[in-house]
Amino acid sequence: MTEDRRPKLAVWKFASCDGCQLSLLDCEDELLMVAGAVQIAQFTEATRTVLPGPYDISLVEGSITTPHDAERIREIRRSSKLLITIGACATAGGVQALRNTADVAEMARAVYPHPEYLDVLATSTPIADHVDVDLELRGCPIDKGQLLHVLTSLLAGRPPQIRDEPVCVSCKRAGVTCILVAEGRACLGPVTHGGCGALCPRYDRGCFGCYGPAGDANPEALARPLAAVAQPEQVARLYSTINPRAEAFERGRRLAVLGQEET
Amino acid sequence: MTTQKIDVSALARVEGEGGLHITIVDGVAEKVEMEIFEPPRFFEAFLRGRHFMEVPDITARICGICPVAYQMSACTALEDAFGVEVPEELQGLRRLLYCGEWIESHALHMFMLHAPDFLGFPDGIAMAEVHRDRVAAGLTIKKAGNRIVQVLGGREIHPINVRVGGFYRLPRREELVALLPELEQARDAMRAALVWMAEFDFPEFTQDLELVAVHEPGHYPFIGRRLRSTRGKDIALDAWPDTFAEEQVRHSTALHARTTDGDTYLCGPAARFALHHTELSEVPRAAVASIGLTPEQAANPFRSLLVRGVETLSALDEACARVEAYRRPSAPFVEPQVRAGEGHGASEAPRGTLYHRYRVDDEGLIEEATIVPPTSQNLRAMEDDIRKLAPMLAEMPLVEATHRAEQAIRNYDPCISCATHFVDLRIERS
Repeated sequence: MTEDRRPKLAVWKFASCDGCQLSLLDCEDELLMVAGAVQIAQFTEATRTVLPGPYDISLVEGSITTPHDAERIREIRRSSKLLITIGACATAGGVQALRNTADVAEMARAVYPHPEYLDVLATSTPIADHVDVDLELRGCPIDKGQLLHVLTSLLAGRPPQIRDEPVCVSCKRAGVTCILVAEGRACLGPVTHGGCGALCPRYDRGCFGCYGPAGDANPEALARPLAAVAQPEQVARLYSTINPRAEAFERGRRLAVLGQEET
Repeated sequence: MTTQKIDVSALARVEGEGGLHITIVDGVAEKVEMEIFEPPRFFEAFLRGRHFMEVPDITARICGICPVAYQMSACTALEDAFGVEVPEELQGLRRLLYCGEWIESHALHMFMLHAPDFLGFPDGIAMAEVHRDRVAAGLTIKKAGNRIVQVLGGREIHPINVRVGGFYRLPRREELVALLPELEQARDAMRAALVWMAEFDFPEFTQDLELVAVHEPGHYPFIGRRLRSTRGKDIALDAWPDTFAEEQVRHSTALHARTTDGDTYLCGPAARFALHHTELSEVPRAAVASIGLTPEQAANPFRSLLVRGVETLSALDEACARVEAYRRPSAPFVEPQVRAGEGHGASEAPRGTLYHRYRVDDEGLIEEATIVPPTSQNLRAMEDDIRKLAPMLAEMPLVEATHRAEQAIRNYDPCISCATHFVDLRIERS
């Protein structure tokens, strides 16, 4: 038997909803082609097959929320040539990072009759807080087009190109009238990383930041326009939804709360 | 004394992560534990203090496989709290969106996760090397479901177009009509796939459990105000807390549900089919007749594959009919009038009933949230099945027994991410 020289692809899950790895299975037209170009070495949701490392590409979904997972991600890093985090949980701690500023013991008591059975950390943190990450794909969920682009680029041996521009740019390209300026509705488009194709504004609602902050996000500049159309606590909650612990969104939330205290 | 241990440290082809541990002593299951180690995320805790309009977007994140179910149960619970009546035309659109999720999720499970068990492949991709046309047909079906969710919901995973009271934006007729060729092709493909799957070798096995499903008058159920069971329960949703209870077991971060009488019950495709198969439309009914699927046969969890096939066909047929009849409603949503109170919502996620309850204050902020996902309700039934299969497993070589036990769990299309609150199978022979 000849040796299989195709690159080894591994998909790993931490605290998450499964949605980002499902994005790969959602590539109905491309799935069998992609699967033919790699050896799927680890993808528990899709296969019983488990091949030993090292892995050429590891896709990591989810955030670190338990002592065991903090250890597991180090092992995965050691056995992976390229480690790519996929989605808001892996890149920013995700919606479950809402616990970071709360009393986790109290939360556990609120949800579980026997919180003492649980072994969890007080925080939900992104993968990059624990190990080096080679590439991050944003979104809740990630855009499957971006995922395919990354995989096919890497297989072709060229660097993937993910644009870092705010949702606003996608809106302009799509010819969507600005709902913040023209309609006076709260929208995080100016500070949010693009990739969704201006989805929410195209569906007649404001962006709630599921791709996290754009690289040059300036929540300070957005504070006044937002304050003009929404209550401070509404703005604070808007920043504190899918990527609550992303640094620029934390700033945005604090500004909203501060603005409230000034008045 | 012969002791056998089956240990599956990470159950494959299920959504989310868990293990299965079985100890069989002289053919009797001494221990069956579906270990769910997926870390808890405390949704019910951090929903407190959130505005009701944020709930559909936040709860969708509980599950990437069935976000529509979360959004529908959340919306209807909050609408119940505020006394909102959603007009029939918007309810029809909600059913269309739900059709999309069932088609997508069921097709994923049937073709990529479950069918490989029957044909002896490690996964759908390996199965495609031998049965390429079958897997390709499955992906065509899956895509048709995803297209509905994409157009109507904005995107396949975590749709953004669902809100309390209805939708943010209504699709134009031509946007939906453009889906018809794909939907019709998928409906034909599903009809053919059912005939193929009906020939699989299903182990003889039956369960005798109380089956529970949402009751939606005049429809095969998606969203309803009452629940019915095969043992005579017919309750309004506000009686849920008095009828069912959740308990925590040490080996699982998922809570286990039971009836308040302490009995194991089951929700999902088998329950819906048993209670509501008479509501199926002509196309799925004809398919049921052609493969000879009786409600008694549908009680065999291994045949859940066929029930999902029938439900997928039903959803495709209904989607075609709804798209053809679609006229854009006059308004995308009903504006809720906020008031303090409590609301209950239940809908049929692909894997079973999903119940939400919220208490809201007079500013529309959540004071308390309770979410009971389908997999929590079915965990006891899964463990029971393994117990009942134990004598058969004890007679099998370890590798085969492990496969069969895993398959028995996959019969339920469990979603651990939702339930986390899943299986590692260890068979140890002395």
